[in-house]
Amino acid sequence: MIWVYAETVDGVPRPIALELLTKARSLGEVAAVALGPGSARAAEQLAAHGAGKVMVHEDPAFRDLLAQPAVELLAALIEKHKPELILFGMTYEGRDIASRLSARLGTALIANATDLDRNGAGYSVISPVFGGSLLVTTVPRTSATPLVLVRPKAFAAEPGGNGKPEVEVLTNPVSSSKPAPRIVRREKEKAPGPRLEDAAVIVSGGRGLGSPENFAMLEELAAELGAAVGASRAVVDAGWKPYAMQIGQTGKTVKPTVYIAIGISGAMQHTVGMKGAKSIVAINKDPDAPIFKLADLGIVGDVHKVVPQLIEELRARKRK
Amino acid sequence: MNVLVCVKQIPDPNVPGKLDQTSHRLVREGVDLVLDPGDEHAVEAGMQLVEKLGGEVTVVSMGPPRALDAVRKALSMGATRGILVSDAALENSDTLSTARALAAAIKGQLFELIICGTESTDGYSGAVPGQIAELMGLPLLSFAKRIEVADGKVTIDRQTDDGFDVVESPLPALVTVTGGINEARYPSLRGIMQAKNKQVKQFTLEELGLAGQAGKDALTQEVVEVTPAEARKAGTVVEDKGEGGKRVADYLAELKVI
Repeated sequence: MIWVYAETVDGVPRPIALELLTKARSLGEVAAVALGPGSARAAEQLAAHGAGKVMVHEDPAFRDLLAQPAVELLAALIEKHKPELILFGMTYEGRDIASRLSARLGTALIANATDLDRNGAGYSVISPVFGGSLLVTTVPRTSATPLVLVRPKAFAAEPGGNGKPEVEVLTNPVSSSKPAPRIVRREKEKAPGPRLEDAAVIVSGGRGLGSPENFAMLEELAAELGAAVGASRAVVDAGWKPYAMQIGQTGKTVKPTVYIAIGISGAMQHTVGMKGAKSIVAINKDPDAPIFKLADLGIVGDVHKVVPQLIEELRARKRK
Repeated sequence: MNVLVCVKQIPDPNVPGKLDQTSHRLVREGVDLVLDPGDEHAVEAGMQLVEKLGGEVTVVSMGPPRALDAVRKALSMGATRGILVSDAALENSDTLSTARALAAAIKGQLFELIICGTESTDGYSGAVPGQIAELMGLPLLSFAKRIEVADGKVTIDRQTDDGFDVVESPLPALVTVTGGINEARYPSLRGIMQAKNKQVKQFTLEELGLAGQAGKDALTQEVVEVTPAEARKAGTVVEDKGEGGKRVADYLAELKVI
């Protein structure tokens, strides 16, 4: 039996949960674990994506405290049911829980997975390294249940499965013997336009823009295209843009129809998050920038000339 | 306020990395080795806390003997002393072995806070901090873009997909920091000179009581194959001669997104 740790928010599964279930059901029987208030409401949708069984626990501690309550519960459930493998999303929540749990169980934790396969009686895990130029295949070598962290968007979520899960409502007391970090406030930093995760077109900017003010040009371009605006880590680290806009290894993974990289050199930290785009356009003044190796169309030139011309051209074509 | 900062020496991330096809390990020969730039932010965060609240920063690392250079770099930024776990058996370690070695070296030290980068720039699994926290029974406050310590509590702004959460925990605790948390300082000449005389304790696995429990005798996983990924087909790269914007517009029209 493969387990999927299914992240939910107020009873709604996060996209990663459905992606993991879609892959897991192609490998064998699947059970999902969903924690926090409202998690029982998520059971139906989790089942519709392949979970034959859904274990839920509605204690608010799973929502309000980081990782530890989930680690305690999962450790107890694993001890009891001994699943073959557990899949987590390579997300903030998934990483914290899986890393603690691996140390608790003394088991293998394989991160950054983009594919999985059966391998004899066990599983093998594929992860990209060096910005995706090489793929490594890793197999767990522990008797304890191996844990795998799967990158978001590695698999497309598709409904399937019988849709009528066996739901087990857990009520074990949530242990609180050790101090755990508590979320005391949640702040949103919402960017205008469509969400990066859903946008068909993304316009993304890097250090090559020269200054935070020059991002205005990208926002103008994005408005013309109905696109979402993203940013490289360099730009976010410099404080030009909020982290919610970051695309790459530590940010979001996106798969738009078109990705337009402007003033982005193409460090592997960035390309890991965007190389799944169907088409890539790059505008950069450095002809040796690695981004041109990925681009379907690369323009070597000054972003301050090329981008305004592009905006003007789009407006002119709309007027026609 | 005593702070421990975990650091890693990595191949210069500005040079494309290579894997040895036989051993499936990172090729380190002929590549400059540097203190992971992500860890510089962790050292800086530690320094800012002790400069404000008093106390000392101790740097902890695991690696071959030459990883001492990365520890010295952190010392030149102002850390007081260093600890390096170095043992031939630790070559090719997985994250859990690394965490066990670091946790064993940390035990017995006086500290209120451990700071790590969120993930290494070369391996980027981001697993070690959480594993250390679990092994030591400490709260883990991850992805911090701000840290504040007051009244025996640590409070962070923790990055989320759509903003940040304010998270608090009693001390002692382990915090992981993002690159956005601060601008790491450059070591001063004086700092570099002083670092040469600062104490760095070195430990083997046996000295930490970990013989057979970390490294090659305790691997949880094995890389069985390395293959080149399917590369994207190279596209067209043109120099802008005044038509670059139009060229992009034509391409977008071809793709039917306009």
